[in-house]
Amino acid sequence: MSSAIEIRDVHKRFPIPGGEVVALQDINLTVEAGEFVCLLGPSGCGKSTLLNAVAGFSQPTSGTILVDGRPVTGPGPDRGMVFQEYALFPWMSVAENVAFGLDIKGLPKAQIAERVNVLLEKLHLREFRDRYPKDLSGGMRQRVAIARVLALDSPVLLMDEPFGALDALTRRSLQDELLKIWQELGKTIIFVTHSIEESIYLADRIVVLTYRPGTVKRDVRVDIPRPRDSGTNAFNELKRELAVMVMEEQHRHEAAEQAGLTTD
Amino acid sequence: MKAVTWKSVAEGAMVPLATLVVWQAVCSMGWVNAHVLPSPLAVAEKWWAYLLPLTEYDPASQSWLGWALSGELIIDSIGSLYRVLMGFLVGGVLALPLGLLMGSSNLIYRWMNPLIQVLRPIPPIAYIPLSILWFGLGNPPAIFLIAIGAFFPVLVNTIAGVRHVDGIYLRAARNLGAGRGTIFLRIILPAATPYILSGVRIGIGTAFIVVIVSEMIAVNNGLGFRILEAREYFWSDKIIAGMLTIGLWGLAIDAGVSRINNHLLRWHRGLDH
Repeated sequence: MSSAIEIRDVHKRFPIPGGEVVALQDINLTVEAGEFVCLLGPSGCGKSTLLNAVAGFSQPTSGTILVDGRPVTGPGPDRGMVFQEYALFPWMSVAENVAFGLDIKGLPKAQIAERVNVLLEKLHLREFRDRYPKDLSGGMRQRVAIARVLALDSPVLLMDEPFGALDALTRRSLQDELLKIWQELGKTIIFVTHSIEESIYLADRIVVLTYRPGTVKRDVRVDIPRPRDSGTNAFNELKRELAVMVMEEQHRHEAAEQAGLTTD
Repeated sequence: MKAVTWKSVAEGAMVPLATLVVWQAVCSMGWVNAHVLPSPLAVAEKWWAYLLPLTEYDPASQSWLGWALSGELIIDSIGSLYRVLMGFLVGGVLALPLGLLMGSSNLIYRWMNPLIQVLRPIPPIAYIPLSILWFGLGNPPAIFLIAIGAFFPVLVNTIAGVRHVDGIYLRAARNLGAGRGTIFLRIILPAATPYILSGVRIGIGTAFIVVIVSEMIAVNNGLGFRILEAREYFWSDKIIAGMLTIGLWGLAIDAGVSRINNHLLRWHRGLDH
């Protein structure tokens, strides 16, 4: 396996009134092609900041990010992003949303239609192709968002707490579907979450980040065979271990909050 | 859209009917001078006469349809609606691109906004003297005034619409590979349409107010002209007939615009249709 994403010495500082926040400090991380990596940590640990830097939405203050050997200079369709807020275009139907990326690439209509049909089928959206996003449930919307990035066939998927707003059952079935897609298409996935259970259920590797400054606290490989069962001992042992680490950071976050240093 | 039921129609008609009854009663009792406040029946009679052609039907000189539509009320309505449409088009066509520019470019916004803010509070009516000086009499000054009335609501709402586009749509579009032109045409423009269309609705409403005023100065037909003319002759029944016509057209236009909006915004949350 070759490395798909290389994050080298990345720092990110934000100016705030009366000072600055060190959101990321000294991040070094390599993600292999086809690997499923979860970034785990409490609010304010910089996991979304790191994901946004890989997506190219904001440049790190220093350090470099290489995707497939090329430095990231801006957002691009080689790194499809799935947002927690779905970010579907509400004025486009389901099919138009999925077709958008292909459409602006100028692909022939017939080819777009065929690709869209395949994806709608794969994500069980065929019946909803002409609906507008407002008429869909949260789970359905996130399926559309996933279909929309899959349409571009980007090797890398970046997911920013994509299932955070969904109910537990919908969440589980989307997790299963994502795993199926990942195994079938061999995507490289960076998945941000603050759910310990979700990260163990999904990831090959879990990277735990610290609360400000955001650094890599632990990089844990998950060796439990899939499909993973949250009732097994191995699952629960890892869960306890991660909970200790994440809660340490959560307590630092709460302490900062109570000291009035932050509001997030 | 909610279904119209007999019950809702009856409920809605209750207060207007009661008003008519009281009004008619007050007039029939002779409590008010008929020149000051004519009775509803007198107004209805005048309205009917106002609607009918002024001359007898003469097949030799005109078609039947042309004759049927030759009543003053119809000529006046066409005149007023034409001015509203032209004025709104001029104002809207100027406001939309300027609003899009000011909304999407901070530099242009900073340059243009002070001037806009100074001009915006000037009511279109204050332009009447200048409009006559610049455009003389007839339709041009009226269209100019209406255009000013329609310009600012469309402009201000377009700017707000563009500036309020949710950043997440822009990020998603950039992520999917959209360039600046695509983002403008396929993201910013549709995302701003709810604001723009509400500006259009307000703009048409303003245009309709201004047309009545503008017709009182420089033209010789139109609903505004007619009610002022009627005042000269103390035809208070005709004044009220004209006012009711203005009200009905205003209602019809607003209902039409709102239907178009609902269709264009069928994707938008929070609309019942």
